[in-house]
Amino acid sequence: MTSILVARDAPPLLLHTLRLADTALVLGHRLSEWTGQAPMLEEELALANVALDLIGQARSLYAYAAELEGKGRTEDDLAYLRDAPEYRNLLIAEQPNGDFARTVLRQLLVSAFMLPYWHALTASRDETLAAVAAKAEKEVAYHLRHAGEWVIRLGDGTDESRSRMEDALDELWPFTGEMFETDESDRALIAGGFAPDPAALRPEWDATVARVFAEATLPVPQAGTWMQSGGRRGVHGEHLGHMLATMQHLPRAYPGAAW
Amino acid sequence: MYTQALNQKEAAAPATASEDAEAVARFEARVAAEDKIEPNDWMPEAYRRTLIRQISQHAHSEIIGMQPEGNWVTRAPSLRRKAALLAKVQDEGGHGLYLYAAAETLGVSREELSEQLLSGKAKYSSIFNYPTLTWADIGAIGWLVDGAAIMNQIPLCRTSYGPYARAMVRVCKEESFHQRQGYEIMLTLSRGTPEQKAMAQDALDRWWWPSLMMFGPPDGASQHTDTSMRWKIKRFTNDEIRQQFVDATVPQGHFLGLSFPDPALRLNEETGHWEFGVIDWSEFKAVLAGNGPCNRQRLRTRRQAHEGGAWVREAALAHAAKRRARKAAAPKLAAE
Repeated sequence: MTSILVARDAPPLLLHTLRLADTALVLGHRLSEWTGQAPMLEEELALANVALDLIGQARSLYAYAAELEGKGRTEDDLAYLRDAPEYRNLLIAEQPNGDFARTVLRQLLVSAFMLPYWHALTASRDETLAAVAAKAEKEVAYHLRHAGEWVIRLGDGTDESRSRMEDALDELWPFTGEMFETDESDRALIAGGFAPDPAALRPEWDATVARVFAEATLPVPQAGTWMQSGGRRGVHGEHLGHMLATMQHLPRAYPGAAW
Repeated sequence: MYTQALNQKEAAAPATASEDAEAVARFEARVAAEDKIEPNDWMPEAYRRTLIRQISQHAHSEIIGMQPEGNWVTRAPSLRRKAALLAKVQDEGGHGLYLYAAAETLGVSREELSEQLLSGKAKYSSIFNYPTLTWADIGAIGWLVDGAAIMNQIPLCRTSYGPYARAMVRVCKEESFHQRQGYEIMLTLSRGTPEQKAMAQDALDRWWWPSLMMFGPPDGASQHTDTSMRWKIKRFTNDEIRQQFVDATVPQGHFLGLSFPDPALRLNEETGHWEFGVIDWSEFKAVLAGNGPCNRQRLRTRRQAHEGGAWVREAALAHAAKRRARKAAAPKLAAE
């Protein structure tokens, strides 16, 4: 089966659902790449837990997106048959795992945003999204706690762990601005009471990050860092294509087969 | 399962010179009466050593077993399969964790056991030294390898050592879920496209004989079964369980419409058992000796993960020490 197009020209609610689904899947997939590689057995289990939550969120959201699209597609069609430019995830989600410091920092930065986001989305006029958000909010509260504890341990651990955490921060911070962006499609949903305004969640995100960094003895980067952007409109970095090539291999190699 | 340890030689001395014959007799009587032996109970040294070896090898097998299946987590062909496989591999890590905990009750540390695995001193189930080459291998492992594991492990839920028996109850529940999942993958493939069916057949061809080897050498060649049976560490012989497995599995394979790579396989109408061909024990010995297709790769991967994570573990310890020091230095709060 050839690649499908869904996100391009999608109506706001569908696009919004896809963006949330893509971010959850891409980040969940990244975490699943840790399988068998975690620094300790307990973290093997914890990373898998977080990955499973995110993949579960993605499945609910893709199923809903397929329903909204109304073309008889499935969650797997949306996950496995779209090319990178069709993906609408936040860029931070697709960043490679790097070392454990980068992985837990990425998780902290995303979870600190997603927790208030899901919370606000529980009040959405769209009942399906509100229900997905209610479940996801509980899950992300754990993700945030887990990632935060590790950022603190590594920031305030050894010289090496601190230096790795600083590198991770340098690498990931430019991808945090995109979380708070809105476009015309978002604004229509925000005005209609379907989705929260991410800019309004910024103070809570700032406070969470500041609290964790303070305990981790890490400096919060100065305002004014150049922020990368593009994932939400399908303009990605080079890494996503490789991730999808691996992930989509079987359904692409055996078109139409059921698994 | 991973109870290959049952089949290795142990100094089967009934009691060392320093062990009180009366204590040994009381111990044997308790085991014979199906009493569970608990961590603080007296036990013969050989019993303790046999259990440590068996439980830790089982734990190591779970940990190494995460690799062949983990190999397909990022390529699972649907989101449902991806989540199920990731959860399965996570279960294996969990089994490893509580089996190590059960071994620790016998007075050995997880670090020591981990060191034995990384140094190549400890064994793990040879089955994991075979590669997973296609998605069908994930089905075949669930169906055959977990199926064989369950056959081996169900009797261990009644094994004489309490912490091990209790760990096995939980392991068995999860393993039977994995086995059904694996069979369901095989069923989907064998009812799928011709390419998918061929993939399923190829996986059965490659995993069948190694699965039969999982039960260990034939009874005639297993030298210490007697003591382990008397101590109720082991409850059936290798050949007994192997036959049970073949009898249960062959009809399942036929239901899938697949054939077994054994021209000698036939149902004996009189006994009701499936008779099978001669197992190539030279292959088993070669894999056990470190010459399977993936032995080196599996250990290297495990070592890399362990060494690569050293800085994280050190940081966690350093941070915990800093916290303790800060807490100790903080003035006592009068409000408390």
